[in-house]
Amino acid sequence: MKQLWLTAKLDIVESLRARWFQIYTLVFGGIVALLFMFGLTESRVLGFIGLSRLLVTYIQLTMAILPIFVLITTVRSVAGDREAGVFEYLLSLPVSLSAWFWGKIVGRYIVVFAPVFLAMLGAVGWASFKDIEVPWGMFGYYTALLAVMAMCFLGIGMLISAVARSTDIAQGAAFMVWLTLLLFLDLILLGVMIQGKVAPEVAVGLALANPLQVFRTAALALFDPQLIVLGPSAYVILDTFGLVGYKVFALAYPAALGLLSATIGYFIFRRGDLP
Amino acid sequence: MIQFNNVAKTFRRARVLDGISLDIGLGERVALIGSNGAGKTTLIRCLLGEYTYDGEVAINGLDPRGNRTAVLGNIGFVPQLPPPLKMPVGQLIDFSAALCGTDPHRIHDIAKRLGLDVEGILSRQFVRLSGGMKQKLLIAIALGREARVLVMDEPAANLDPEARKIFFDLLAERQNEATMIISSHRLDEVSSLVNRVIEMDMGKVVLDDKVADDVSLSGTLACRIVIKRFEPAFAKAIAAWRFAASDDNLVWSGHIAGPDRLRFLGMISRYTALVSDLSLVEAVN
Repeated sequence: MKQLWLTAKLDIVESLRARWFQIYTLVFGGIVALLFMFGLTESRVLGFIGLSRLLVTYIQLTMAILPIFVLITTVRSVAGDREAGVFEYLLSLPVSLSAWFWGKIVGRYIVVFAPVFLAMLGAVGWASFKDIEVPWGMFGYYTALLAVMAMCFLGIGMLISAVARSTDIAQGAAFMVWLTLLLFLDLILLGVMIQGKVAPEVAVGLALANPLQVFRTAALALFDPQLIVLGPSAYVILDTFGLVGYKVFALAYPAALGLLSATIGYFIFRRGDLP
Repeated sequence: MIQFNNVAKTFRRARVLDGISLDIGLGERVALIGSNGAGKTTLIRCLLGEYTYDGEVAINGLDPRGNRTAVLGNIGFVPQLPPPLKMPVGQLIDFSAALCGTDPHRIHDIAKRLGLDVEGILSRQFVRLSGGMKQKLLIAIALGREARVLVMDEPAANLDPEARKIFFDLLAERQNEATMIISSHRLDEVSSLVNRVIEMDMGKVVLDDKVADDVSLSGTLACRIVIKRFEPAFAKAIAAWRFAASDDNLVWSGHIAGPDRLRFLGMISRYTALVSDLSLVEAVN
């Protein structure tokens, strides 16, 4: 356990000094600042006003940015470190491979999640200061949603890093994964359904295997409990899970996917040549 | 102490290690030499448990891949190229010391002996240090603990003569309790440090020779050089070895570390036409 925390701490310090982290923090802090600046707490859309409106917009933007950011920065730094000889040296120290791998994940997770969460926390703090009502239920669920989203894509990123032997391949693979998930978000599924080649349940099932779609739907469900904007797909989702069931699924499935990816990544990492 | 038994390693179709069998005992100081691509680094990475391989590698009977922490706890490693770590020097020292179960001050002390002002650079990023400073710090981390095996890849390449002398002294202090493997692509760089030479070529051991152990690691040589005329380039080069000049700048004297004699003579050979007299006398310790 000591080795794991030492490795996690090491990764945190390395990340805090990396340029990607500064940009990453600036992006999420900047989004919240911009949303405040443009008065989203004052606006009214679909009956949402105040901080809930800001949080809805924030999570939509985060969903677009966070996965690709986490994927690319994770594979770049892990595969980059391996190429640059960092692994050769640090893995010559008496640290177990499990402590090293999972320590890196823990450290990276803290670094990835903290700016996103702190930006939200900043928004809540500012709202409290300005006497704007804070929707604590929504804040709690969105926080959990962002936490599992970070876990999911971090796990996938670590799996890609374990498989790919160079930074270029790792980056290309990460981009392809993100692009595939993005395509399956709407375009391909809609096409398939229009052609009528698969049952709607299968198409919706495929969509729900996509963590990006899961997050998107869960975020929608908070301000549109009947999922009206999803059209007929809403029936399949709500009949299968129910609203509460779906909200639980939206947290459990991506977390499990992230953990499973990371675990597979760990076994691949442990089995092969390390640097 | 260290056994390689028919060790082979293949990358895709290239056989980089081809049935290496070696037995290295406690107290042996081995020069692992060979041209680029001979397999030296791969052999070291197998020893450190970083690569998978066919055959057997054992340190004190333990397989380095299966018993990482136990095996690596006994190995001090100095890589040829310092890793581009962004962490501050202080954290690197604390991290290594915590993993190796040693006191960080021990690493500080060795770094100081090598001429590195650790206190002044604790908050500086490791990657921003000069080549020599990085090398000194990595040597301090490797030697600042109870390592029974020292694996060093061109360890003295970036050190100035003064630091090299101290480095040899540090190795001398450990020579009876540790096994050393010093990798280099040139024998003259390491020959005076070792008592066994293993040469590799195309993944095989082509020479395994015990050599005379006459050169003391901690010994010094008194040197006096007379030159025909003053030459600024020579003065600059010899000053780096901390030699003092006579008033007319024609007679230079100083001390060099015993294991550094070949390197020193290599430097002097650049000014052969200038030298009219040279003497090297073993100093009595």
